[in-house]
Amino acid sequence: MAAIHLDQVSVDFVVYQGSGRSLKKTLLHSSTSGIIRHDAQHRIQVHALDRVSLRLEHGDRLGLIGGNGAGKTTLLRAMAGVYEPTTGRIRVAGQVTPLFDLSIGFDGDATGYDNIRMRAAYLGVSRQEIEGKMDEIAAFTELGGHLDLPVRTYSAGMMLRLAFGAATAIDAEILLMDEWIAVSDAQFLEKAERRAEEFVGRASILVMASHVESVLRRLCNKLLWLENGRVVMMGPLEEVLAAYHAATGTGDMARKRGSPSLTEQPAMPS
Amino acid sequence: MSLLFDSADRSQTARAYEDLVTGVTSWSLWGMLGWHDIRKRYRRSVLGPFWLTLSMAVLVASLGLIYGSLFRFELHNYLPFLALGLAIWSFIAAVLNEGGQSFLEFESLIKHVRMPLSVHVLRIVWRNLIILAHNAVIFAVMALWLGLWPGAAGLLVLPGLALLVTNAVWVALLLGIACARFRDVQPIAASVVQLLFFVTPVMWKPELMAERQWLILLNPIHYLIEVVRAPLLGETLPLSDWGVAVLITIAGWSLTFATYVRFRKRIAYWL
Repeated sequence: MAAIHLDQVSVDFVVYQGSGRSLKKTLLHSSTSGIIRHDAQHRIQVHALDRVSLRLEHGDRLGLIGGNGAGKTTLLRAMAGVYEPTTGRIRVAGQVTPLFDLSIGFDGDATGYDNIRMRAAYLGVSRQEIEGKMDEIAAFTELGGHLDLPVRTYSAGMMLRLAFGAATAIDAEILLMDEWIAVSDAQFLEKAERRAEEFVGRASILVMASHVESVLRRLCNKLLWLENGRVVMMGPLEEVLAAYHAATGTGDMARKRGSPSLTEQPAMPS
Repeated sequence: MSLLFDSADRSQTARAYEDLVTGVTSWSLWGMLGWHDIRKRYRRSVLGPFWLTLSMAVLVASLGLIYGSLFRFELHNYLPFLALGLAIWSFIAAVLNEGGQSFLEFESLIKHVRMPLSVHVLRIVWRNLIILAHNAVIFAVMALWLGLWPGAAGLLVLPGLALLVTNAVWVALLLGIACARFRDVQPIAASVVQLLFFVTPVMWKPELMAERQWLILLNPIHYLIEVVRAPLLGETLPLSDWGVAVLITIAGWSLTFATYVRFRKRIAYWL
């Protein structure tokens, strides 16, 4: 069974700025007195995640909420195994499919087909599996002969179709998403929505960061509210949402008064 | 469960070792990506990667004529020496120049999906090995034309190449780590490469250094070129030179591995 366990996970970044990025200056300063070194290094520590613990099992659909810089992306990257925690322990059982950026690894000079293959290779999908899905992806994107052309010749809409089609073709066991994948192409919209939901439905565990309440309501059954890298609250969707609205002054009541709501970017109609 | 990632189930040493081993065994991945890089670079040209061969051939011919006359070398002797030396040198220079980009170049990928970090290093070494193979064509044609045949001793080029590539990997890995942390290492490396070209016997033969030949013996690059070049030219390399090349490999890998154990985890944080 797929599972994600986080036990007191912290991720700390040291922000190197200016001279901290320079070998020459670092070497020069290390030979001077301690006080100067301290001033010259300008090291700032950022606690991107602060002792986060959680357990997810098969069937869990976790939404991440919180303001900008709350640590949502860092948490997703930690679950993807990209950031190994500074302290604490992460255990992830199952094939992880990260989907933080639709056009990951896309190369303008490669053909549409080659880009699909490269993307699959990066994600650890076997050659046979992706070749078997190629016809289905090609049919979905409706790009036809364009798939044999370099993708730099594509329009933005065509690019999105390709990226979207390739991303949603594979079977994800643990799916990590940073924002819902939205498509603005009117003709493509309905088809894309259906496909994306099927894709998410096939996953054993979903973790998704989103600012869009309607998306969270539709796809998630649990919510994790992060603030400054700390877990404020985790639990059933409605409960956390209510507390979040109460704390931030947003949501249904606030919306009636016309103040900014949680749905700051309506990426799709609800 | 098929796949398991546990951030605390083994030591950093075991993890660094595992990263290197799974990196090497993912040869189908970096093999494909390296080829892709080459194809991409030459996609819109008629000759494709053989542009490299052509430009190297022009370089060998012009430098051969000029320096051959300057140093009063016999051309049938000097040209194969130069063709091989330049091909190996451009591999070494490319590894020194591109190695630092190992992680920076693939930043978005590294931040997106977990894979052995050594894959990116191997991709860079592999794509330059492909270029080396294209450049080696010049020597092969020249050898046929001049009737050079190194004989069975020429097979020593295989361990020689193995040594060269093994060293290229640690150099690229170490530079990749350093450049991810310190952004001014790249220009430093570039100027060192330029200097190395002039102090390494690529265009000139070591025999020309009459008095201070020991200076050459201090240059580690010299040994790594010699273990590939000498067997193909039919020269016997002293056993001590092989020994030094092996020692460089062991020392370099020890340093790199220790660094990798210590900092592998931080690389994604630095990008």
